[in-house]
Amino acid sequence: MNTTAHSGSKRRKKPMSLERKEELQGYLFVLPWIIGFLLFTAGPLLFSFYVSFTNYDFTSQMDFVGLRNYKYMFHGDPLFWVSLKNTLFYVVLMVPLTTFASIALASILNQKIPGIRVFRTIYYLPSVLSGVGVYMLWMELLSPDTGIVNLVLSWFGITGPGWMFDPNWTKPAIVMMKMWSVGGGMLMYLAALQGVPEQLYEAAEIDGAGSLRRFWHITMPLISPVIFFEVITTFISGFQIFQEGYVMSSDPTTPGSPMNSLLFFNLHMYLKAFKVFQMGYASAMAWFLFVVVLFITMINMWVSKYWVHYEGGDGR
Amino acid sequence: MSSATTGNARSYFESRRTGERIRKTIMFLLLAGAGLVFVVPFWWMISTSLKTMDDIMQYPPAFIPKHWHFQNYLETWTSIDFPRFTLNSLTIATIGVVGHVISNTFVAYGFAKIKFRGRNLMFSIVLSTMIIPGFVTLIPQYILFAKIHWVGTYLPLTVPGFFGNAFQIFLLRQFFLGIPNDLIEAAKIDGANHFYIWRRIMVPLAKPAVITIALTTFQGAWNDFLGPVIYLNKESTYTLQIALQMFKASSGLSQWHYLMAGSVIVLLPIVVMFFVFQKFFIEGMNISSGTKG
Repeated sequence: MNTTAHSGSKRRKKPMSLERKEELQGYLFVLPWIIGFLLFTAGPLLFSFYVSFTNYDFTSQMDFVGLRNYKYMFHGDPLFWVSLKNTLFYVVLMVPLTTFASIALASILNQKIPGIRVFRTIYYLPSVLSGVGVYMLWMELLSPDTGIVNLVLSWFGITGPGWMFDPNWTKPAIVMMKMWSVGGGMLMYLAALQGVPEQLYEAAEIDGAGSLRRFWHITMPLISPVIFFEVITTFISGFQIFQEGYVMSSDPTTPGSPMNSLLFFNLHMYLKAFKVFQMGYASAMAWFLFVVVLFITMINMWVSKYWVHYEGGDGR
Repeated sequence: MSSATTGNARSYFESRRTGERIRKTIMFLLLAGAGLVFVVPFWWMISTSLKTMDDIMQYPPAFIPKHWHFQNYLETWTSIDFPRFTLNSLTIATIGVVGHVISNTFVAYGFAKIKFRGRNLMFSIVLSTMIIPGFVTLIPQYILFAKIHWVGTYLPLTVPGFFGNAFQIFLLRQFFLGIPNDLIEAAKIDGANHFYIWRRIMVPLAKPAVITIALTTFQGAWNDFLGPVIYLNKESTYTLQIALQMFKASSGLSQWHYLMAGSVIVLLPIVVMFFVFQKFFIEGMNISSGTKG
């Protein structure tokens, strides 16, 4: 099928060496990614870095203003701090809870119990759903008058909060919604758990190790690389929370309501960039978040040396 | 003496077996209880979607609607142009799947099976782009697409998919690495070039991984909210997600029967897809977690 191309290159005066040809084809194959990387990642990254030092408003002006955007961010924009606090609150609550819940579910699912496939399906299904449909579902579940959550609470004599209408409860409500979709993480951990050799447990049992010790000294080290990966990606995605604040606001005309309790960092940035077109300032915010995420990822990596265990120890 | 030992051993094993049985029963009950919590939201969504406005107003809300008001679905479906929005979402998601499958298998093959200078460096750049928050590149991308007059079309939502996605490249590369090189060498001896090997050998062999990325791409495009919010400005081009948000804003947070019917309509295709392709969803997770260790 390729004979013409081959003979064509052979007929040339200076035939290209096979290795050279192979190399060129390699570049050809990764070319789409190179173009995409330059056009949609590297270029925009540099451009937004530059824009963050300007007063760019998308239409008329793009003057260099030095650090003014960054100064305004820290000293002039109270909503910047509100949105940062909201995001941190959410991340700090969500990451440990979802991590713990998904490991716990996976550990229980890893037992030989009848109906395991059905349970796996039930737990996993919610995690493939997302978007406005899910947000509306949770707004209804949490609705004080028509929802089921407060109805169940009332059976125990508890008067449930106003959830999406009570600024103190909006973020815990969203974390609750996220707990419903721990199935994705759970499945990752389940796959890791199933990779732990059975003999290790048997040997430990003969040595008299109880189930808790077995979990701590055998299971944990062996699944720690997966935990590490999951925690890092959960952190990164947690900092990017946006839609929930936009869609689940109690007043549809004010994203982030009630009382800015759902004004997450990215939502604030989005409103600055696309509603009032302060693109310079929004870019500065974007870079601030980028640095925060990078910093947290680096801390995670640094700490991982002390608790993540790699089989073979080659650091992979 | 020896009989005593065997007796002890027997009772030891017997008590262990009953202990095991009790433990398993507790585990089962735990799983069932948690399972109920996971399932109830679905039931609540469906039952609310079938209620009448009178049922909605009633407190405490009923688990089972008094009248099964199926016409809620018809009324929702026709109250805004759902058929149009469904078609729009379907179009974007389908183009997205095609773009992702072609570009990512192509690029992943290059990284997995062809040797070239700078390959490892480039691949580590691929991996490191995964930690860049999408919002950092969002604004300049918007400016870029606005300058070339793509805003208002589906191009900003679909074209980038043809230029590779870091996570999918990573996943497919991992899969390709597991396919023996002998196969490629043999094909080369038969005169096949890399393009042919990619198209005719690797992609078919990687079918489970390809189906997995096709499914996750479809799901991602179907659920995407930010992209359409930013890039679409004519109502006729809106996707289901935007339409649902619009529907919610216009009907207010009281007509829950319509809102839940709308949610069911939007979520149903993904639920159906999940049950049809469950194996691939789960297998895909196994691939990615297996490679992460």
